[in-house]
Amino acid sequence: MITKTLLLTIALAPLAGAILAGLFGRQIGRAGAHWATILGVALSTALSAYVLKLIAFDGHEAVNMSVYTWFRIGSIQAEVGFLVDALTATMMVVVTSVSLMVHVYTIGYMEEDPGYQRFFGYISLFTFSMLMLVMSNNFMQLFFGWEAVGLVSYLLIGFWFKRPTAIFANLKAFLVNRVGDFGFLLGIGLVLAYLGSLDYATVFAKAPTLVGQTFNPYGTVEWAVPTLICLLLFVGAMGKSAQVPLHVWLPDSMEGPTPISALIHAATMVTAGIFMVARMSPLFELSETALSVILVIGSITALFMGFIGIVQNDIKRVVAYSTLSQLGYMTVALGASAYSAAIFHLMTHAFFKALLFLGAGSVIIAMHHEQDLRKMGGLRKYMPITFATAWVGTLALMGFPGTSGFYSKDAILYAVGSADRAGASFAHASLLIGVAVTAFYSFRMLYLAFHGKERFGHDDRHGHGGHHDHGEHQPHETPWVVTLPLALLAIPSLAIGFFTAGPMLFGNFFDGAIFVADGRAPLAAMAHHFEHGSLSFALHGFLTPPVWLALLGAGLATYIYLFNPSIADRARKAFAPIHHLLERKYGFDEFNQAVFARGSVWLGRAFWRVGDQAVIDGVIVDGSAGTVSRIAFAVRRLQSGFLFHYAFMMILGLIVIVGAFALLQ
Amino acid sequence: MIPLSWWLTLAALLFCISVAGIFINRKNIIILLMAIELMLLSVNMNFVAFSRYLDDMAGQVFVFFILTVAAAEAAIGLAILVLVFRNRRTINVAELDTMRG
Amino acid sequence: MNYESYLFLALATLLVIAAGAVVTLRNPVHAAMSLVLTFFTSAMLWILLRAEFLGITLVLVYVGAVMVLFLFVVMMLDINVVPLREGFARYLPVGLLVAGIMAAQMVAVLGGHHFGLERYTAPPAVIEGSNTAALGQLLYTGYVYPFEIAAVILLVAIVAAIALTHRRREGVKLQDPGKQTMVRKADRLRVVKMPSDTREGHGA
Repeated sequence: MITKTLLLTIALAPLAGAILAGLFGRQIGRAGAHWATILGVALSTALSAYVLKLIAFDGHEAVNMSVYTWFRIGSIQAEVGFLVDALTATMMVVVTSVSLMVHVYTIGYMEEDPGYQRFFGYISLFTFSMLMLVMSNNFMQLFFGWEAVGLVSYLLIGFWFKRPTAIFANLKAFLVNRVGDFGFLLGIGLVLAYLGSLDYATVFAKAPTLVGQTFNPYGTVEWAVPTLICLLLFVGAMGKSAQVPLHVWLPDSMEGPTPISALIHAATMVTAGIFMVARMSPLFELSETALSVILVIGSITALFMGFIGIVQNDIKRVVAYSTLSQLGYMTVALGASAYSAAIFHLMTHAFFKALLFLGAGSVIIAMHHEQDLRKMGGLRKYMPITFATAWVGTLALMGFPGTSGFYSKDAILYAVGSADRAGASFAHASLLIGVAVTAFYSFRMLYLAFHGKERFGHDDRHGHGGHHDHGEHQPHETPWVVTLPLALLAIPSLAIGFFTAGPMLFGNFFDGAIFVADGRAPLAAMAHHFEHGSLSFALHGFLTPPVWLALLGAGLATYIYLFNPSIADRARKAFAPIHHLLERKYGFDEFNQAVFARGSVWLGRAFWRVGDQAVIDGVIVDGSAGTVSRIAFAVRRLQSGFLFHYAFMMILGLIVIVGAFALLQ
Repeated sequence: MIPLSWWLTLAALLFCISVAGIFINRKNIIILLMAIELMLLSVNMNFVAFSRYLDDMAGQVFVFFILTVAAAEAAIGLAILVLVFRNRRTINVAELDTMRG
Repeated sequence: MNYESYLFLALATLLVIAAGAVVTLRNPVHAAMSLVLTFFTSAMLWILLRAEFLGITLVLVYVGAVMVLFLFVVMMLDINVVPLREGFARYLPVGLLVAGIMAAQMVAVLGGHHFGLERYTAPPAVIEGSNTAALGQLLYTGYVYPFEIAAVILLVAIVAAIALTHRRREGVKLQDPGKQTMVRKADRLRVVKMPSDTREGHGA
């Protein structure tokens, strides 16, 4: 039975850990902090797994319960409630298990950091917020969770708050997310305005009544309400899930410690947008236009962010751009109405991307916080476990047949290939190219880090200052608290797709949680090949273009970075303009700085000069005081101080009033 | 029979006389106070007349209260007058201009 | 025109003359006496209006108390009247003008057109019962709280008048009964030891 107590325990256990570690960190000490939070999250993980078992295997019905009424304004009711169905249960397990791995990993990664307890407090708080987000049964709580994960993300990006770059990055993340959240909030407002409720069940039940309604912003312009709502909600998803053009904050968020890059900026928080759109599928299914927009934006993100990944030299940034690209894949799946494929990819991606990030973190620990790929190389013999798990992650990311990434990515490609809405062919082409690009940059990273010549050591010590003597030490394998999560994440990265692709994509697992309009069967083409099971599908995969494209990309990377590194330099010179463009990340940052940042400073200054100084201070405040003073100065002459003058005035007034009265009679 | 308008006219004349009194005796505060008493008397006259012609005793109750307040006002006014005289040695209003703006 | 009308006209004339005297007489004492006359005439007019209690009150309170207070003050203060009369002639025209305009306005409004007998019929000449009783009936029932407040206002006026004019004079000898009763023997009686008045060598 899924009871209220069970769900509350799942949600609140991490919060309890967060409070203990965050507020009483000094009292309970470092070990106390990590034990408190890990136990809380472990409890959540175990219970979430239990909930998933009940829903997936025991046929437990979806649960929709209200826990607490927060406030009531007229007919609007804001509640805290839980909706637990297959979608939620999947998300809960993904969130809590990745979070648990990251908690364990953090013990090793943050070992020397003075903010140890604070960090544990933050990540547990994040787990709580994310659980509230996915378990919510209404828009209000969804928004609460949405903002709470954004807040924790802000805090964690700026975790090393003495670094100016970190402060810049977290401010940027916060501001860019504000743009998205603004749209999201408007979308929620429109839902409330047109459907009169914030409760999912009510909203989805009434959603079909939106069809045909129009919103009239001004003049004779009319917008279709379902499209408007969906686009606004999607703007929120764009901010949170870092879709072009609101993606700029995600690469910079790598200023935060690596564990949170894995947890928040790869596995869970950034997928909140994907989850939200899947959850709102009854709304999105109403608008073909919105889905097309989603499709196009997703494919642009998937392809062009992948390109940037090729030229990055910071190990974390490579993974970050690959995350952007993979988020683009998920978005495309949403746009093709293949919500289950999106969620499926979300799940597999959460595992293998967390694995890759944590692997990158492990390398960073080994390299004593050196993140530049050019200063690595040949690490495989020093850190075999990290090396092996990184291979697993890379294979899953490129979609090697049989790995989890293969199933999910193929599902998306099939869905887009068979979709017939505007932009689908463009999306399909971008994703296919993206597959090759993904394989290329993944293997490039793998080779640069673990294979080839050792490029670290004495010869470049002067390169990073020499103020500490870490450079002299050999890299070494990281402690078990780091490698254990890597191993544990490697298992689902390899195998989870094999076991779950069938039920999640073609079974009725998501029935009732995800809604696809009648007549749309985005995964029908894939189902045809899937009838003989996962294994035969994987074998069949070798006959399909995506796998060949992936192998092509991987092979190219192998040739260039393993055997003939000089090609890379020559290519860089040959394609200098393109390389420059990619290095500059298409100039989004420069554009934002020049237009939005400079523009708002200019606007602010204009408001200050004109609005504040001239109008408010000059006219209203000083002006009114000045006017009063001038009038008073004039009127002062009337104040002779002689009683009879005042009496005379009174009598004059009396005469005027009586005269008026007499005349009006 | 006496019409109501006669009474009202009488009261109005009384009032106008006191207004004229305020004008022409603008320096003598005692006469000013007396003029104010005359004004109050004219108002009272109206009240009593209306009370009679409308057959409503409330008018007389009001006169009663006005007499009370006027008595209090006269007492305090004269007290202030005494104070003014004690401090300034004059009751000439033209010399009392501390209220000038 | 009947007897009452003649009486009214006579009294009204007297009233206007007396009021005019109040504001024009040179001597404040004379002005105060004219004011007394004004109040008397008014009281008579009020009695003509069957407001006997108020008429008597006007005489008692105003003539008996307030006007005496006026006279008292006028006589007590050594007022030099001459400067107070300055500008009397100068302001007379404007005063008369203003008063005239006002009177014209008021008569226009209050005249027979609006308040004549056609609009307001004359009340019965004789009223049953006592005016004082009727007034008392109202004062002690419906207007009991205003009545109490009026009493408090009078009290405040008394206190205020005393507080304003009271002053402590220097060099006045006063008895303090408290000190008188508190006094003890030691405060007044001092026993002085003196050598006895014996002449030396007298007893030896």
